[in-house]
This record gives sequence, C-alpha cells and structure tokens, in this order.
Amino acid sequence: MTTIHSISVNINGKTYTRDVEARMTLADFLRHEIGLTGTHLGCEHGVCGACTVLIDGRSARSCLTFAVQMSGRGLTTVEGLNVAGGLNPLQQAFQEHHGLQCGFCTSGILMSLTELLSDNPDPTEQEVREILTGHLCRCTGYAGPVRAALATAEHFKSIKGAA
Amino acid sequence: MGSKNFGARVTRFEDVALVSGKGQYVDDIHIAGTLHAAFLRSPHGHARIRSIDTSAARRCEGVHAVLTAADLPERMRKQRMPLLLPNATMATLRTQHSLAVDEVCYVGQALAIVVADSRYLAEDALAAIEVDYKVLAAVSDVRAALADGAPRAHADLESNIVSQFVMNYGDVEAAFASAPHVFREELWQHRGGGMAMETRGVLAQANVTTDSLTLWSSTQTPHIARRMLAEVLDVDLESIRIIAPDVGGGFGPKAIFYPEDAVVAHASRALGRPVKFIEDRREHFLCATQERDQYWNVEIAVDNDGNILGVRGDMLHDTGAFVPWGIIMPYIAGATMPGPYVVPAYHLACTVAFTNKVATTPVRGAGRPQAVFAMERLMDRVAHELRLDPAVLRRRNYIRPEQMPYSVGLIFRDGKPLIYDSGDYPRGHDAALRLAGYADFPARQASAKANGRFIGIGVASYVEGTGLGPFEGVTVRILPDGKVRVTSGATSQGQGTRTTLAQIVADRVGCRIEDVMVTIGDTAGIANGVGAFASRLAVNAGSSASIAGDHVRVSILKLASRALGLPESEINLEDGKAIGRGGNRPTISFGELSRAAQGMPGFSMDADHPVGLEHTAYFTPTQASYCSGTHVVEVEVDVGTGAVKILNYSVAHDCGNVINPMIVDGQVQGGVAHGIGNALLEWMQYDENAQPLTTTFADYLLPMATDVPTCAIAHVETPSPLNPIGVKGAGEGGTIPAAAAIIASIENALSPFAVRFAETPLMPDRIVRALEQAGAYAEQIAQTPAAPARGRS
Amino acid sequence: MKPAPFEYHAPTSLDEAVTLIATLDNAKVIAGGQSLVAMMNFRYAMPDHLIDLGNITALSGLHFDAQTLRIGSMTRQRELEFSAPLASEVPLLKAALAHVGHRQTRNRGTLGGSLAHADPAAELPTACLALDAEIEIAGPNGTRIVPMREFAAGFMTTALGYDEILLSVHIRPWREGHGYSFQEYARRHGDFAVAGAAVLLDANNDGVIERAAIALCGVTDRPIRRDEAEAALVGRHLDDSVIARAASLAGNVEATVDIHADATYRRHLARVLTKRALHEASSRMKTKKRETA
Repeated sequence: MTTIHSISVNINGKTYTRDVEARMTLADFLRHEIGLTGTHLGCEHGVCGACTVLIDGRSARSCLTFAVQMSGRGLTTVEGLNVAGGLNPLQQAFQEHHGLQCGFCTSGILMSLTELLSDNPDPTEQEVREILTGHLCRCTGYAGPVRAALATAEHFKSIKGAA
Repeated sequence: MGSKNFGARVTRFEDVALVSGKGQYVDDIHIAGTLHAAFLRSPHGHARIRSIDTSAARRCEGVHAVLTAADLPERMRKQRMPLLLPNATMATLRTQHSLAVDEVCYVGQALAIVVADSRYLAEDALAAIEVDYKVLAAVSDVRAALADGAPRAHADLESNIVSQFVMNYGDVEAAFASAPHVFREELWQHRGGGMAMETRGVLAQANVTTDSLTLWSSTQTPHIARRMLAEVLDVDLESIRIIAPDVGGGFGPKAIFYPEDAVVAHASRALGRPVKFIEDRREHFLCATQERDQYWNVEIAVDNDGNILGVRGDMLHDTGAFVPWGIIMPYIAGATMPGPYVVPAYHLACTVAFTNKVATTPVRGAGRPQAVFAMERLMDRVAHELRLDPAVLRRRNYIRPEQMPYSVGLIFRDGKPLIYDSGDYPRGHDAALRLAGYADFPARQASAKANGRFIGIGVASYVEGTGLGPFEGVTVRILPDGKVRVTSGATSQGQGTRTTLAQIVADRVGCRIEDVMVTIGDTAGIANGVGAFASRLAVNAGSSASIAGDHVRVSILKLASRALGLPESEINLEDGKAIGRGGNRPTISFGELSRAAQGMPGFSMDADHPVGLEHTAYFTPTQASYCSGTHVVEVEVDVGTGAVKILNYSVAHDCGNVINPMIVDGQVQGGVAHGIGNALLEWMQYDENAQPLTTTFADYLLPMATDVPTCAIAHVETPSPLNPIGVKGAGEGGTIPAAAAIIASIENALSPFAVRFAETPLMPDRIVRALEQAGAYAEQIAQTPAAPARGRS
Repeated sequence: MKPAPFEYHAPTSLDEAVTLIATLDNAKVIAGGQSLVAMMNFRYAMPDHLIDLGNITALSGLHFDAQTLRIGSMTRQRELEFSAPLASEVPLLKAALAHVGHRQTRNRGTLGGSLAHADPAAELPTACLALDAEIEIAGPNGTRIVPMREFAAGFMTTALGYDEILLSVHIRPWREGHGYSFQEYARRHGDFAVAGAAVLLDANNDGVIERAAIALCGVTDRPIRRDEAEAALVGRHLDDSVIARAASLAGNVEATVDIHADATYRRHLARVLTKRALHEASSRMKTKKRETA
C-alpha cells in the first residue's frame, strides 16, 4: 500500500476532503469516492472524452489526471450543470434537438460545450465540430450535439438581444 | 382513435436523467460490499495451457478469490457456452468454455478471474499469476485457414472449415452462358467492431439465503442471457433475474452471452458477495465480438442495356475462433445480395472458416453491408463498362412497387422464404437523387475540376430484412393512480425504445404520454423476452404495445360504460379519463376504473367484468419486414494525400410508418457515421500470429465530428402489411449501403485517372498508390520496396 | 486499465524536483500527463515515483527579451495557443498548435512534456527543430543548453539524462514578415501526424531566399531537418520547379513503416506536404520588394 494523501477539492461548489491513494484517477475518485457517476469511462487512455470534466473551468480528461493532483482545485462535473433542480439551456437543447441517444458520451460533451460557449458565445458550426473532435460518439453521428450547441448559442444571443 | 403521438416528433423522456448525469449504467450501480473482478487473458493467438499457478496471486493484497477452470464445479468447467443459432450446414458447433480449460484460441481468451477489493488490486494480482503456455501455430488470415497444411485454429479439429453452404435460385449457368456481358470483381471487406462507448459490464449479486441471483448487465438480450446463464450454472431459470439498466450503446456485440458473465455470477455465488466486472477498453478490443473480413469473388451477367441476367460467385467469411451465433452473418449476407433488383438467377457459395481471433457476430448491419457492397460494386462496374449513368442503371433494374410482395427465391435467416412484403425502390431512389442534386452534379464536378479540385458522387441502394422474430411481448397495465405501466422484454442501448413504446400506448389507450411509465430490459417484468438486435423492436415490441393497448382500451370502455351508464359508443378516452359525450360530460378516471377492476374482497365480479386493467400481447411476425433506401454521397479527394472529405450525404429511407421521425433520423445519422467508419477509417488489424495490432482508440479510428456531415434525409413510407402498425426496423439502414456509396463516389472523383477500388475500408495510402500507378503524379517516384499485401487481417 | 502503485511527490521548487529525480529510483516526471498517464493506465509505464512539476510556478510562462523568447517547460499548450505575442513573433508554433491534439488535451498538455515525450509524429518538437530552438535542461550539476537537433536523439529518446528536467525552450524569432507554414496529414482532426512539414523562409529585398528551414514529423523515428532541401532553396528565387525540387529532396529519406502507413506513402506525403508548406510560406513572406510592389 503506498502513501495515502489527504486532499481537499471543490466539486460543483462543494468542498470534499478525502484520503486517496496516489494512483486513483480523478475519474474513479469522482465516480466511486464521491459518488458522482455522471462522469463516465470509455477508454482510460484519453481519446474518447467521456470522462471530460472542467478543472478550474477548463475541459480535461479525468482519466488522465490523478485525484491527488487536484487538491485545492475547483472542478465542475455534469452534475453541476443543472439549475434550480432543472435542466440548463444547453441540457434542454440536447433534449430538444436529439443531441444524445445512449447518453454515455454526453456528460463529457456537455462539459466541453459548456467551456466553448463560455469562451465563445457565437461559435460557427466548424468551431463546434472541432471542439467535439475531443469526443467520440458512436450513436448520434454528431448532428444532434452540433444542432443542440448552435441552438444554445442562438438562445443566449436572443436573450442578450432582448435584454 | 387518436394518433396524436404516433408519427410525432416527441422528445425523449430518457434524456432528462441522462443529461443530468443521473443515468444508471452498470458501473454506476453501487451495492455495499461489492468486490471487483479482472480476468487473466491469453497473450497468444493459439496455445496449449500446460499449467496455471495462482498461489502468489491469491496472497496479493485485497484478493478474495482467484479461479481457473480447475476451480469451477465440474459441470460448469466442462460445459461450453450454449450455441444460440445452430445450422445444419455447420460441421462444428464449437463455442467457448467459461474459462479456458487446456487450450486458448485467441488473444484475449480468459483463463482466470481475480476477485479483489478493487479493480486496481485485482489488476495487481493478475500480474502474479504464472501460466506455462506451449505456443501453437496460429491461423490469422482466413484465406490461409483454407490452405492445405494450414495451422488449425483448434488443435483437435481436422479442418478450419465451419460451414459451406450455397444460396441459389434460377438457372445461373444458362444466364451466364448466354449473356452478352459478364463482369467480375474480387472484393475485400472488413467491418471492424461495434465499439459502443460503454464497454461491457456485469454486476452479479447472489442471494445465498434464497439461492437466487440478480445480475445487472449491459446485455442487449436479458431473457436470452438468463436462459444461457441458467444452463451454464445449472440452476433454476426462475432463480435468476437479469436487468439491463441504462446501456451505453450496443450495436450487436452486447447481444452475445459472454462466458465472463457466467464466471462472475459463479464467483458471486461462491463468495456470497456481489461481484462486479467492468470490461476495460483494451479488453473490449481483444474479446468483444466483431465482424471482420470477408472475401468476395463475384460476377454479374447483363444484357446490352444493363438488365441483370444473373449473379454468381463465392464468399469467404472469417468467423474467428468460436461460433456463438452460428453462421448468421454470412447467411444474411448471402440472402441480401440480390437486394432491390430483379435478379433472375443467383448462386453464391459461402465458406465460413475459423481463425485464431475473437468470434465474429453481428455488428450493425450484420452481413448486409458486405452484400450490398458486393452488389453495388458490380452495378457500378456494369455502369462503367456499358457507359451508363450508375443511377439510371439501378433504376432500370429495380423491382417495381406493383411487383410487391416479391418473392426473391431464397430462404432468409428467419427461416421463411425471402419475400419482400412492401417497398417502392424507385420512389426512394428518386427522392435521394433529388435531395442530392444529382442531376446538377456533372456541372459541379466540372467546375471543381477547373479549380483543381476532384469531387465525385456515388449511389447505393439496399433492401434490409428487419423486425425479426420470434416475438417481443408488451404488458400494458393501468395502475390505481391512473398511471399506465408498460413493461417489455425489449431493451434500449440508445434507440429511445421507452419513448417510442409510450407514444404507441398513449395513443391506443387514450392517456397523456407523460403518464406512461415504461420498464424494459428486466426479466422480472415479463415472462418471455428476446431483446434488441436486427432492428426488430419497433416491429415486434411496437406491435405488441399496440395490440396490448387496444385490449386495455376495450376493457376501459367496458368498465367505463358500466360506471357511467352510457353505451361505449358515446364515450371518449382522453388524457387518462373516460368522458361521456354530450350533456354534462360525465367523467371517470382510468385510476378509478383500475381500482374497480380489482373488485372488492369477498364479492363476486360480474360475468364479463375485466379483472385488472391490463393485457400482455406477444406479437409474432410471420416473416421479416423489408426496409429499403438509397444513399447518395458526394466527396472530395485530395489527390496529393489521398484524404477523402465527405461534402454531402443524402439518404432516402423507408422504414414503413414512422413512429418518431426525430428518433428515426437519429438512427439514420448514427448509422451513416458507422458506415463512414467502415468505408474510410475502421480496420481491426492483426499480424500473422493473430496478434491484434489495433487495440486502442488511437490505432482503431472511429469517425469524429469533423468526419461526418449532417445528412439530408427523406422519409419514404411504404407501410408493412405484416404488422398492425405498418412499421419496419430503422436501426441499421444508415450503415448498410454507406461504404458502397462512398467508395463509388471516390472512384467517380478520380475518374480522370481511371482508378478502381474493390475494398472497404479504403485508406488514403491505397488511393495514393492507385493514383501513382495511374501516372497521376508528375514527378517520378523513387524505387521503393513492394507494399505489404492488402486484405491482410 | 488501472495504473500500478506509485509514490506521488509534488515539489514546489525546481531544486526540490531535481533532487527527487536524481535520488529516487524508477522515478518519472509528470508534466501535463496526456501521454504519460495513458501509458501508466495501460501499465506500459510503471514508475515507482511520480514527480509532479505542476506546482513549480517558475517553470511556466513566456518571457520575451530583445532577441530570445524563453518558454517555461510547464507552459500549457493552451497558453501558447492564445498568446498574442507568440502568434506574432513565432507564428510557426501557433500554426503547429492547431494540429496538436484537441482543446481538452491542450488545456493540460505542456510544451516541455511534448518535447520530452518525443513522439516522432509530434508537432511541437518539429516546429522547435525548424526554429533551431535551444533546450535548457536542469540537473544535479546545474543547467545546460542543448540545441534541438541534438535534443531529439532517437525514437522517443531525448538528450535528457535520467536525473534531468527540461527547464525551458529558447527561440530566436525570425525576422518580422518571414514566411512560415505547418502542413500536416493526419487521419482525423487532432490525430498524430502520419507526416508533417514545418517550414520557415526568409528572403532578401530582391526575393532571393537567404534562409530556409524544413523539418518533418512522422516520417522517421524523430523529427528531422532536411538540410539538402534547404540548401536547394538558399540563393534562389522561389518558383514551382525550385519548390518541387526541394520537396523531392525533402522526401528522400528512409521512412517508418507502421499500422498507419508504409514507407512509400510517408515519403510521398513528405514530398507533397513540403511542397504545400513551401508554397504557403512563400505566400506569407513579406519582403521590402513585395511591400513596395
């Protein structure tokens, strides 16, 4: 048994303090230590993107990060997206535009798109697709997620316009 | 009767939980005390197991058990997995043992299980297991498997041939003898894996007190899995419950019953603890079933106008080391080749052979993409040789709608004569061409060429048998609170089955769709079930839902008539209420009627008073129902690098009546993405020792968002007369003709160089080599060593 | 695919990090982790000790002085991608970054990590090679500078000793208005290059090429400069035939064979991509002659 490290990490606005072995990946920490199973593991080698979370607002693969590296950091997972108990506009757009089928890759995609729309509120379709290349989806053929992302951008633009 | 929901673009209620990260996939299910399993897998394609020493592994930290075949109960050790689909032509019915006994026949075959406190610790212990292997010669390329003196995939079998069968009708000899034109093609086709984003997983919880077992499994077929497991463990069928929770994609490989599931279940019983096994991606590459290589050698005979006179040839299919699903795929391929065309005479000889690789079983399309590729390449060859437009040639040869139902002349895999029940191939064809702007393409192509760009267009059409039997039952039950509970043996891996069934039932019964609660994939929910594969659930579960809903409707009206004192003809069923027409519109809710249908303790019910407000229906199709479609693809080829970019993708898709167009479009789009992978990217490579070379997502390439354009889709609806709702399956049509259309479009783009391609996937280096041989490059290329032989597995 | 056990160290100073790497057996440094952790998950890499450089702030950042740009080894690729000064001073790096992985990997991946990992198909080492970057290395005996040509020593092998840490990358930007291009062929967006060409050009006021750099990735076991091809450009005006000849010389190399491509195809790509890169670099080049034309 290797050294146990005590880490303190903020996840979706709440601080958790836990003891972890160094080799525990961030993905496994979130899923099994904290019980936030919305982040999924599809490959454990950094290609499929299903495990994507936001680390201090930046998208990253939680399968390529160790929990012990995250002490003092702020993480956002898919469970942190809901607003006042309901779906946020991006999540709603995914439902409205059939942006998911089996849902396994969806959590990661939502995190990457959250980052994209925060950085770039009016992305082109090509820009959306390029961000989505960090994700593999076997069900949708990407058309639904792309539509949902662009519709969300439109939604925010129309709100801003009306404000 | 309303059809408010049927045919409507209803958003899926599955989505709310999934986009919130509240899905419950197998690995998300947490039971206190669960132990974790890892399997020791063969590093060799073929070897004898001399000995396995697990003593050191047993002493590793956190390990609760290490089991090999020798540690299993004798019956389980000796038993091979039940064969699901035997066929009289099969010389051998070889399936796997639960754990390898004395021989391993593919890299990845499991020899031992470690059960430990965590997956991390289980993997640590794997490294401590010592195995003494005697490495045997492995057969890798399926063509080599047929050669005299070839290594045998199984040491005790005299031949690598599993089956040889012929599909034929008509007088093919005469057709070819008298034909003015005969053209031949040799084709290599490779399809790779299903590659769902969620790997396989199982959580087994044995209850020692009641001697029962509950399994949560990513299976597409819980009821079948339950039968298989009961047989392998030698326990009472009804002592097992299998639940498929949320499942992250299936595409075929999760329909198979895997030996590991039996071993995990056994481990749970032996230890009296829940045991969870989550396959990792590397394991998935090694031992989840795939489709792989087929070699086709086919010829077509036509008259001077390109009318087909006959098709004949042979096909070789790599079945891997075992045959858990018999010879389904090559059989389907053989039956699919005639397709939408009038083919007066047909003869295809199929050989199925073992190799030392993981078994092949259906992956989205299940042998049909290969058949369509072969037929469509022949058609393009005819078009090229006779200088006919490929679309015109196809249209000339289609079966006409007035010829339906059309008897092809073969027996299909459903055991019935292959009779297309309905379809309008010319209409689909025309719709696809219109969407694609096919008529204007020559001008677009010329204009691009003038700018130094090479664009091309390709067409492919298909017919697909869907809605396969034997059945899929649905129970519809009105609950005392008025909710409508629907249960079925159907499962979903992303197809939106729950929403689809809710749409049907809400219409039949007359309730709000929000009040329908659908439970699928649980063997405790309904006595008999089959599961999801072969695009069968819309037809089977959909029809059962419709029939059961109708029965419940009849009962509701009967009870409501009694309760409201009105004739049934004056009662409407709406939003979960029975409402009398006219007057003060007396109303009674379904919930109240449900309570009435329970009677009162001690009192008799009236003679024809329905008991409970529910019905279970098992629709059994008489045969497959036949979908069809046409794809038109426009590509651009970078002549310098061989890179292919898909510019436009147009689909005409006929799946009969459409229950939910949003879901069908999603299936088509996703299916097309898979087809793009088949055409340009996906190749599961092995070396000559049957060692897999592509075992990560960096090596095995799946299409990305920049590889798959959004398709233009036209729906053609020719309702099937074979089921009450007129539907056909929709899950695979997007994949089936894709590779054919894409390869054709690449050839068309490069027509100035007159290069031809007869393989899929078609890689850029292959394109460059063909262009180079055609003199496409101005500068001379330096002498190079010969390239490795193509079509190597 | 869970990693084997290891001890984790998070030094906060460079000295501490160097001491750890020099004294611990079977120790590896972790930078962005995008390559290393994948290998550890497969158990292809099983270090007993992991030394995380992520808390050593001195190792990050871009510093410009009069003639040299110093980039700390732990500078995230993302920071480079969005750096306006870098885009204007060393546009080749920005062009290369467009091909490096995906947003999600660039958020964590570092310049130093990419150079130290030394994948033959990696874009950043290739761009650094074209730029004749100098690599500053820290070890128990102090620091030393190694030219990129020497640093890229072989297949996934660098000049780093087992007890050394990559400190920073020094680049002397080319003249404002120089031509640059990074052309790559990868199977999909963000994949490692099957082959790629990084090109830098500069010409005098008469349009005669004074300086040329051509570096290839993905073609052999390490990124390579094409000296012969460069020499064929210097002293000449660029036209189609000069470019074609240089491209042909660039592609004349013994190339790697792997599951993605054979040698013939790689050489072909080297030619084609060098040619395209030369054309693109040429079109971007601004000389006094062009500006007054």
